[in-house]
Amino acid sequence: MAYSLPMHIPDGFIDLPTSAAFAAIAAAGVAVSIRGSKSALDEKTAPLAGLTATFIFAVQMLNFPVAAGTSGHLLGAALAAVLIGPYAATLAITIVLILQALLFADGGLSALGLSIFNMSLLAVWFGYGVFLLVKKIMPKKKISISIAAAMAALLSVPAAAAGFVLQYAIGANATFSVSAVFTAMIGTHFLIGIGEALITFFAVGAVLASRSDLVYGYKNETSKLEIRSN
Amino acid sequence: MKQKTFLISGFIASLFLAGVVSFYASSHPDGLEKVAEDIGFIETAKENTNSDVILSDYGFKGIDNPRLSTGAAGVIGVIVTGAISTGFFLLIRRKSGGNK
Repeated sequence: MAYSLPMHIPDGFIDLPTSAAFAAIAAAGVAVSIRGSKSALDEKTAPLAGLTATFIFAVQMLNFPVAAGTSGHLLGAALAAVLIGPYAATLAITIVLILQALLFADGGLSALGLSIFNMSLLAVWFGYGVFLLVKKIMPKKKISISIAAAMAALLSVPAAAAGFVLQYAIGANATFSVSAVFTAMIGTHFLIGIGEALITFFAVGAVLASRSDLVYGYKNETSKLEIRSN
Repeated sequence: MKQKTFLISGFIASLFLAGVVSFYASSHPDGLEKVAEDIGFIETAKENTNSDVILSDYGFKGIDNPRLSTGAAGVIGVIVTGAISTGFFLLIRRKSGGNK
């Protein structure tokens, strides 16, 4: 078995033209993220971004049971977006996905662009949007950051799954109905999202408790004020 | 907590999770694989072109003990991911003009 993790798409599911198109979008997204992450990365936060990628790699090995005969594991998109900002998060998840495909044959090489699109772009940016929305309506407390991150995590997993359904609809090498794939993918990944939300809640809480100054999604407002006073 | 302490604790936690806890991970098919099996498009999956790499499917080829094999793959993965990602982020970071 050469595929063992959710949304690490094996070669063959999606045809090559569709895979190539999504690889182009993924490459553009990575290029934009390299530019965008510069402002958030300095000598203090760059090692934290590296640690975030490392931690996500480790936790992605830990499949937990979600329903009869099904497992899931942390994606880490929302976690990374809250900890190091969405641009650096895109890069962190992308590095993890590339290493998993190259070193562990986890996810097909021709499908890498599809996976990067779903997890590094869709899940990160959708998750970050949810985080900002929930944070806005919550009281300004540390616990609100963890709750907003958990909500973002919960919804980021079905978002990535929806990305796969889109790719299936455009270029599947199989002929099963898209609506059946949609229903099954969203349902299963909503369940996985619950595990994602729990892990993200506690991981963000742990970093907030020890080094809240390192959390991108927490220091955002205060750092804006600092810049103005400079 | 000092930045250095924080980074080292995080790295050790990652080593522990990938090197030890990973053995106890669920081996059930994941979400996508299960859906592909249930609906039937699993048959379109191809063997990965590099499926014979030494760490394929999170096991170290040549180590028969599954606990050690998974653990070694996890530890190598954490070290490689840590080195490459930290190096990459340091490379692209904003340079503070050397007046620090």
